[in-house]
Amino acid sequence: MSVRRLAAEQPEGFAFTPENLEWAKAQIKKYPEGREASAVLALLWRAQEQMDGWLPEPALRYVADMLGLAYIRVYEIATFYTMFNLAPIGRYYVQVCGTTPCWLRGAEAIKNTCRKVIGEKDRVTPDGLFSWTEVECLGACVNAPVAQINKYYYEDLTPESLERILGNVKAGRPITPGPQNGRQASAPEGGPITLLDAALYGKEEREEELVGANMALTDNQAKRPGKAANVREAAVPKPPLSKGRKPR
Amino acid sequence: MPKLIIDGKEHDMPDGITLIQACELAGIEIPRFCYHERLSIAGNCRMCLVEVAGMPKPVASCAMGVNDLLPARDGTPPTIVTDSETVKKAREGVLEFLLINHPLDCPICDQGGECDLQDQTMAYGFDAGRFQDNKRAVEEKYLGPLIDTFMTRCIHCTRCIRFMTEVAGVEELGAIGRGEDMEITTYLEHGMFSNLSGNVVDLCPVGALTSKPYAFVARPWELTKTPSIDVMDALGSAIRVDARGKEVLRILPRINDAVNEEWISDKTRHVWDGLRTQRLDRPYVRRNGKLVPASWDEAFAAVATRLAGLDGARFAAIAGALAAAEEMFALKLLAEQLGSANIDCRQDGAKLDPALGRATYLFNSTIEGIDQADAFLLVGTNPRHEAPVLNARILKRTRHAQGKLPVGLIGAEADLTYAYDYLGAGTETLAKIADGSHPFIEQLGGSERPMLILGQAALARPDGAGVLALAAKAAMQIGALNASLGWNGFNVLHTAAARVAGLDLGFVPGQGGRDVETILDGASAGEIEIVYLLGADEIGMDRLGDAFVIYQGSHGDEGAHRADVILPGGAYTEKSGTYLNTEGRAQLTARAVFPPGEAREDWKIVRALSGVLGKPLPFDSLQALRAEMYARHPQFALIDQIEPADSAAIEHLAKTPAKVGKERFGHAIKDFYLSNPIARASSIMANLSAMHAGLDRKATGTDG
Repeated sequence: MSVRRLAAEQPEGFAFTPENLEWAKAQIKKYPEGREASAVLALLWRAQEQMDGWLPEPALRYVADMLGLAYIRVYEIATFYTMFNLAPIGRYYVQVCGTTPCWLRGAEAIKNTCRKVIGEKDRVTPDGLFSWTEVECLGACVNAPVAQINKYYYEDLTPESLERILGNVKAGRPITPGPQNGRQASAPEGGPITLLDAALYGKEEREEELVGANMALTDNQAKRPGKAANVREAAVPKPPLSKGRKPR
Repeated sequence: MPKLIIDGKEHDMPDGITLIQACELAGIEIPRFCYHERLSIAGNCRMCLVEVAGMPKPVASCAMGVNDLLPARDGTPPTIVTDSETVKKAREGVLEFLLINHPLDCPICDQGGECDLQDQTMAYGFDAGRFQDNKRAVEEKYLGPLIDTFMTRCIHCTRCIRFMTEVAGVEELGAIGRGEDMEITTYLEHGMFSNLSGNVVDLCPVGALTSKPYAFVARPWELTKTPSIDVMDALGSAIRVDARGKEVLRILPRINDAVNEEWISDKTRHVWDGLRTQRLDRPYVRRNGKLVPASWDEAFAAVATRLAGLDGARFAAIAGALAAAEEMFALKLLAEQLGSANIDCRQDGAKLDPALGRATYLFNSTIEGIDQADAFLLVGTNPRHEAPVLNARILKRTRHAQGKLPVGLIGAEADLTYAYDYLGAGTETLAKIADGSHPFIEQLGGSERPMLILGQAALARPDGAGVLALAAKAAMQIGALNASLGWNGFNVLHTAAARVAGLDLGFVPGQGGRDVETILDGASAGEIEIVYLLGADEIGMDRLGDAFVIYQGSHGDEGAHRADVILPGGAYTEKSGTYLNTEGRAQLTARAVFPPGEAREDWKIVRALSGVLGKPLPFDSLQALRAEMYARHPQFALIDQIEPADSAAIEHLAKTPAKVGKERFGHAIKDFYLSNPIARASSIMANLSAMHAGLDRKATGTDG
């Protein structure tokens, strides 16, 4: 954390696209009369999305005017929450977790890799492809060290694997989110070590699939946000993998 | 009435107060930084920790209500300990954390000697720091030409933010960033656009916000502190004049809950540099079209020669906005002796008349009454410019009512810092209120204590007398006179500090006398030969024609430029004078410094002149003058008190026919910062005026 300032270069103005404007009005309606200002975080976030990941100064005034807030109040909010970027970011925005569990598992080396491959923290590369920053706990400590690239988590990183990911991005090759060491989600490395007895799971169906590393651990989707993560209002419950798979 | 045991003694406490207030009532001082009795509670400095029996940790006494505590199981009242070892250690810990990032620059800090942090460090500080890392450094901020920032010293108490938002009503200051990196600033660092902003300097418990014009001028212990009264507006705010030697170095507010609580406007606070510039420090006489320095004898002789054998009807006197009661009283007696009835204290031409009764020109509800009012109707007034502190009080009232109070405005639209219904621009709307046909009447509904505030913009116009009568009718219509509650909601808001005293003294045209307008007409036409201006600068000087003008005052302003004889007087900080504020409260200024050069106290000048003219006034000392004045006008003897006026005068006025024109109400004050001769002499005021006019928003202040 350090002192955060608005970017020196700012666009002339800001306005929501018609779709975003409609969405914003719907957000404001969620709050009781006289409390419309509560929509400020949602609106700022949508403004940031519209601006490809950063909040220009005109957007602060735009949102303030929309909600009848004093400019300074919106300025306070935008500088308080570190997820609001006050300067442009790269198309691939790497947020490296530096909090204790990740740090213990080698976040320092991950940051050094970022410095080597991308450059100084919070600077956009000349081609506009990358920028990186250090963030506080991303909440995926079990897969430490972790970095978030745009909306996806890349876990169990090593300097080598991060360098490979960044290299793939540069080369335009697809990258795979999730654990980078072949591990399944946050399950034990090298596959399950308990509850290995297939008999536990009933033998009538798909027996051959439910052993070892494949067993009940196909929930990689949990690490991926939906298409519109910012508008999801409640967690969508996941259906059970299959009907007959109740533990006895 | 909750019972509390504080430090072993049982006390009965009123409901709804906090522990810190309870401790104060019990006579125990609790250290604090963020807590301020007139601001909302933040609870973020943690300095006011006390021990409460049964609670696992010390609690912040500013944020804990007395009603929130439960008695012990055996029925003993909640027990609070403020002097235990735990409390001391807790406060020491808090202070050590505050000092981690606070620089040790007290020797070069303007707050030194009157700093809360310094004082409390004496009580709770450790002798050495244990913190090894570098201290935080914070960029300075631009907060306008009045406030200097040393943000590294900031301890994040947020008093300034809360003051600007809650009292000044301007959401300009805020805290950006978070945690250690939190910084107080305005949006994009433009100056603060409020005429109450200087108060944040007083509120700042450390030296983060200091006064820019006063920067590095003096230490508090060098200053002579004189309690006095402000004359920049008609509120009569309680001030303290700090002077060193011959110069007034700063003006601070004093607490007077009945008038200004503890706030003063920027004009009141920073006008002091105008007290040293453009001063009239010796008499002048116009010879061959040029003003040349003269002695008192020469000046008096010039007046005496001109007055010799003159018909009293050809003499006129006009008193200005800053004149004290004493000199107006003396000048009125002098005019009487000269056989002139042409005297007037209403230099703006306001059609207020003492003959209508005292209630027709006073702020009858009193300023404290604002706190009880449940509706406001502002007529031809912009209280934010005419009396900023009073406006802050209206804002406080509307905030307490959570914006549910009906507030209506008739007159020029302006940002008053609170929401209001704009009813109309002039007399037609007021007439509709008066005859009950305006929909705003319905909004007033069950108001028991509505206030009608009538400004000078509605009165200083040819049909002002009609507007006054119409306003009285409107006041009756909205039920502003509620005899059963003893409520008189008819209020005239004055802009001139001298006005109420002038009206009370009867410094208005006598039988067959001329008022300001006809004096000026008479001067143009040659019917008035001598005009005596007692600090009157805001009249049309070009209409004085060939009249012989005697100007008595403190500053070389319009009046002095036109004058034929200048008699230098003292400003309000240089004399003991009586001022009646807009409520009719008599208050005394005190002499903090002597008038410069050969200037003298004003009543003495009038008395000396009367001697030269061979018509000596019947007093030789201030005591004798006051005894004479008190004998004729006993309300002047009631210092710091209000003699309530008989509301029957308003009822009577409401019955008189009101002939009004159709012109809309204008502004009583064109430029808040340049409204009187002292302010016009001040470079700080000139800077502020330019900043507010948007000419030079990045002006660097007094050095520019």
